[in-house]
Amino acid sequence: MSSDYEFSDDDGDYYDDGDMMDTQEDEDDDEMMGSYDDFKITPKGKHKSYEVEYESLSQDAVEQLMSADVEHICGIFGVDRDAALLLLRSMSWNKERLIEKYMDNATSVLCAAGIQVPEPTPETSRPHSTTARRSTRSTNKFLGLSSASKPKSPTPPAATSPKSFVCPICFDDSPDLTTRALVCEHQFCTGCWATYICSKIRDEGEHAIRCMAEGCHIIAPDTFVRTVLSSEDGDPEENALALSRFHELVVRHFVASNASLKYCPYPGCTNTVSCPSASSKSSLILMVPTVSCGARGIGGQSVSASQVLEKGGGLGIQAKEHKFCFGCPIDGDHRPLICTVARMWIKKCRDDSETANWIKSNTKECTNCLSTIEKNGGCNHMTCKKCKHEFCWVCMGPWSEHGTQWYSCNRYDEKAGIDARDAQSRSRASLERYLHYYNRWANHEQSAKLSIDLYAKTEKKMEDMQVTSALTWIEVQFMKKAVEEVDKCRMTLKWTYAMAYYLAKGNEKDLFEDNQRDLEKAVEDLSELLESPIEPETIPQLRQKVTDKTVYVQNRNEIVLEDTANGFLEGRWKWNAVVEGFDEPERLEY
Amino acid sequence: MASISSRRLAKELNEIHAQGCPVGIELKQADDFVTWRFSIEVMGESLYKGEKHLLQFRFDPSYPISSPAVQFVVEDGREAPIHPHVYSNGHICASILGNEWSPVLSVVAVCVTLQSMLASCKKKERPVDNDRYVKNAPDNPKKTRFHYDGPYLFLRYLPATATRD
Repeated sequence: MSSDYEFSDDDGDYYDDGDMMDTQEDEDDDEMMGSYDDFKITPKGKHKSYEVEYESLSQDAVEQLMSADVEHICGIFGVDRDAALLLLRSMSWNKERLIEKYMDNATSVLCAAGIQVPEPTPETSRPHSTTARRSTRSTNKFLGLSSASKPKSPTPPAATSPKSFVCPICFDDSPDLTTRALVCEHQFCTGCWATYICSKIRDEGEHAIRCMAEGCHIIAPDTFVRTVLSSEDGDPEENALALSRFHELVVRHFVASNASLKYCPYPGCTNTVSCPSASSKSSLILMVPTVSCGARGIGGQSVSASQVLEKGGGLGIQAKEHKFCFGCPIDGDHRPLICTVARMWIKKCRDDSETANWIKSNTKECTNCLSTIEKNGGCNHMTCKKCKHEFCWVCMGPWSEHGTQWYSCNRYDEKAGIDARDAQSRSRASLERYLHYYNRWANHEQSAKLSIDLYAKTEKKMEDMQVTSALTWIEVQFMKKAVEEVDKCRMTLKWTYAMAYYLAKGNEKDLFEDNQRDLEKAVEDLSELLESPIEPETIPQLRQKVTDKTVYVQNRNEIVLEDTANGFLEGRWKWNAVVEGFDEPERLEY
Repeated sequence: MASISSRRLAKELNEIHAQGCPVGIELKQADDFVTWRFSIEVMGESLYKGEKHLLQFRFDPSYPISSPAVQFVVEDGREAPIHPHVYSNGHICASILGNEWSPVLSVVAVCVTLQSMLASCKKKERPVDNDRYVKNAPDNPKKTRFHYDGPYLFLRYLPATATRD
């Protein structure tokens, strides 16, 4: 599935149903709005400006993309799939660069990719690398093993049974020992290969598996890895796990190398999202690429959206959609604020908030050099350790004006003292300002965390309603819908505070904060309704109120998101700090 | 796994008993297949002339697929050799003990490599980040992720969360 809006086709059928059992939020939206057509802001099917076009791909689909690249290289270079794969992997899947370098010097590219054994004297006419060739290297310096009886294998992946061979790793010398070697012809027994490849994949997460010989840079091609792991050597279960992990590692490498692809960061999820419009850094100052891989749930319990539907759409964190930002590593949805500024904010909070709180309540600044000073006892006559300025802790004025009144300050109104206090309050103001935004930001984050409790409580309420009223399970879904909406809006609100902190003063900011205020008010009202006790006789009214409010909140949220997104596209937002990709702020006024 | 490890170590031990160790290296302790100790001495002219150090190997069941844990013994008044790649707690930063490890390398091969690492040293000094590393180092040097520079050289210690270059 590519986006939620693909589902909107079904709407006609259930249009007047009111509430529908469904976890596709937007489908619900449309149904709920069925009787409130006036509130509808965006026509169905149209792409909203705060949304980005993307496509979710399964691991199989990504493997098909990979295959296409591999086929392409096979066709151009006339090499087999194994070689093409290793070549692409060694060049981080940059086809253009690979073709250029390969045309320039095929041998050196093949050697660097671990496909071909480097020759002591350069050789030019050897494009077909995977044919077995005699190694000129002498590699038997280990353990004094004799290399005289070293077997040769005609085709590398095939296991052979040589006479009088001792595996240099396990020292097994039984006559029925089978061995394998890569193109470099370093022979080892099949059992050691299996153990080694398994360990490299599972313990080290390595997809480029080098030959076991010391200093050998030949890399095991896919066919070799597959052959080894599907042979009867080692634990078949372990081998199967290693093989699937190997495929995953190769796919992950492909995804990581491709700017328009990103792996779903949720634990245990193997989906990939393709979002070409957000692949360049410059596009990230125009939009927030929030995407979803389509799956829900965490870890091994990860389920697809359709499975959730079958199960009846259970509430709670287990079924949370895999939403993430395509442009940055912040987890979850940080709309409406763009990545760069959101990261600036998170960094600031990490550096500042707790410390700032403490400093604010426990210290004052020297009026001369602005060093932060903590008074931990003693009289009010302060001498700054740094600049030796002497001042009064109470009035902040210079001590020289205090004469001999050492322990009390009655000079509060003196001009010098007022000036000093003004200077101090100015420097405190910026801190105050930050804390104002931080507290609100943190509050919404906290509330969003508590939403797990709210989910549980709501589920209980929904059960109660079915018992105490004539409403059916489907009809009480309005509660769930409302909780989800509150959660979603709190995320928006949270990031509007980070955005407001950095927005330059002016009309645009005022309008932004108006929208923010309206949304906040609506969300708090709805939150309160959800917490209110349920009386059997008032359930129909409650249902009406909650439904109305949900639609309203939803509309307010749309307005905030839409307006902010349009603002970015129009270049309407101005910042009060230096933001990469934007003009420098004209004046630093908040 | 365990059988490969002990079979391989038994074979290595037999070979040592049969052929002896290279000059300057002496087997001191190999009572089990868990911990072995060797004394190591640089022969001929070098900065370490006359010094004898004790080298300890610890094996886990995945040996030789994964490398042994190798370090100089720094107990009972013994000290690790002063070398830019040897920390004062005995840990050694050598790429063959980390990402350059190959299962065909043997215990004796490691001894020889470390012996030549000492022999080729031009100036006796501790690694630049010795104090910081020793303070936070894990007991097992294999848990450290070193940043290697040169054939068996290194420059700095990276915290365990960093990826190996």
